[in-house]
Amino acid sequence: MTLGTRIRTGLVLSPPLLWTIVFMFVPYTILLVYSFWRAQFPLFVPDFQLGNYRTLITDPQYLNVLLRTLKIAGLVSISAVILAYPYAYFLVFKVRRPGVRLALYMAVVAPLWVSYLLRAYTWKTILGTQGILNSFLISTGVLDEPSSVFLYNHTAMVLTLTYVFIPFMVMPIYAALEKIPPSLIEASRDLGEGAFATFRKVTLPLSLTGVIAGFTMTFCLSFGDFIAPFLVGGPDGAMVANVIASQFGAALNWPLGSALALVMLVLVLGIISVSDRFERLGHGRLE
Amino acid sequence: MNTAKQTVDDALNRTSSTKLLSNITWRVVIGAILAFLYLPIVVLVLFSFNSSRSLSWPMTGVTLDWYRKLAANEQLLEALWNSLYVATCATTLTLLIGVPAAMALDRLSFPGKGIFRKLVLLPIALPGIITGISMLSMFKLFGLPLSLETVIIGHATALLAVVVTQVFARLQRLPKSYEEASLDLGAGPLHTFLFVTLPNIRSAVIGAGLLSFTLSFDEIPVTFFLTGRDNTLPMYIWSTMRRGITPEINAVGALIVLASAILIVTSVLLLRENSNSR
Repeated sequence: MTLGTRIRTGLVLSPPLLWTIVFMFVPYTILLVYSFWRAQFPLFVPDFQLGNYRTLITDPQYLNVLLRTLKIAGLVSISAVILAYPYAYFLVFKVRRPGVRLALYMAVVAPLWVSYLLRAYTWKTILGTQGILNSFLISTGVLDEPSSVFLYNHTAMVLTLTYVFIPFMVMPIYAALEKIPPSLIEASRDLGEGAFATFRKVTLPLSLTGVIAGFTMTFCLSFGDFIAPFLVGGPDGAMVANVIASQFGAALNWPLGSALALVMLVLVLGIISVSDRFERLGHGRLE
Repeated sequence: MNTAKQTVDDALNRTSSTKLLSNITWRVVIGAILAFLYLPIVVLVLFSFNSSRSLSWPMTGVTLDWYRKLAANEQLLEALWNSLYVATCATTLTLLIGVPAAMALDRLSFPGKGIFRKLVLLPIALPGIITGISMLSMFKLFGLPLSLETVIIGHATALLAVVVTQVFARLQRLPKSYEEASLDLGAGPLHTFLFVTLPNIRSAVIGAGLLSFTLSFDEIPVTFFLTGRDNTLPMYIWSTMRRGITPEINAVGALIVLASAILIVTSVLLLRENSNSR
């Protein structure tokens, strides 16, 4: 490398490199350091001890929140696949006109541009006891009096989060389905396989990478959400992010909150690396 | 002969009727998914015009009162300006850092590149709350007061991954020979970047900028921890929601839907121009 290219490399590289070190690497490290500190209300004392992690393991309320969050994120991802797969399949294999295909694709992606907070809020106004769904069901005579079963429970959270994150499921599945060469499907049909067998043996396996990518994205996004639980989750709807937020807020125990955030970080990184491995396996089969 | 023709006809009829049935099923399924996606948005907009304060069916009448209230709500207008300021600065910053980062990842080799890539792309899947609290911890440790500027730094960091992935994808499709030709013909590196590389990745940069702007304008998890006394628009809406639901929020929502629709149409037109030029 000549001196000139070295200087050029330095000029291009140093702003992003400095930024990532100062605003990403250092803060994550500080978070890690905080997680070993002790909280002496209302202060935090520097220390090196595993008490915060011990609390997370031994106090059942944290384990419960974690399991609840995993369950909700799992249900959201499954519901999103169930809705997104047929939709993406329809766009790629059933719609012939490119204009219609683009319009239907944009129809799913467009809501991403509309405020996430407001999209979650509108479900609160629909599902509430005084809400639009209840009053609609009463005015049509289906219900006699307003029901409280729609809002402030896990179903409402799964519904809202699925609604908010479904574009992240449609996009990768669509991309994966679009990449399948039509000749492979034709070959399967010519060799006498039925439509369903062709789907099961050719289309589905080849689109699995997209499903995995979408599943990972949807899972991680709903796993870290704290707005839907706040709006539609109700009293026992708190998820991990809500608990972290309260440790950094009213509960004023930053060390414990940091430890919980690191547990979340490790879980998310674990999920991503497992899904990376699966995706690579899928690519290996395609090539 | 006759019977053979009849069998063929029967078979054709049967396939066309199963085809019709499958067509109808598909339409119902796709229609239901689209209804699921858009009914809530329709509800949001529709009830911003409802004359009664309660959001329940049937609507009581049409009014523009809620919009008038918005226009007179000074806190909300201030929050709106704050959000525009934050989104503009965060987008500019994240582009200034993200484009070189994408160039470095695509064109340069340097030690620690793998770690650098992982760190830059992390916020895409990482919950925003982790970016928020880790930066809050740092600012507190170094005694930096929270303000709209700390929010801008937080947003720029969280959105870096969006810019890098979009610009990187475009750079990979851009042949290196263009830049080599420019350099061989005697143009300097800065000249080459401004007149060869940048025009070729222009639509990706604009697209990433528009997306960053929208995401920053709408951001909560990072803002929640990094803002001082000043509220951004989503934070203001959030604090209004804590007090209960009101059609005023629907009116803000309807305006945001309108603004988003304009942005979407703009970006689709940009994409189309881009694919035509290829």
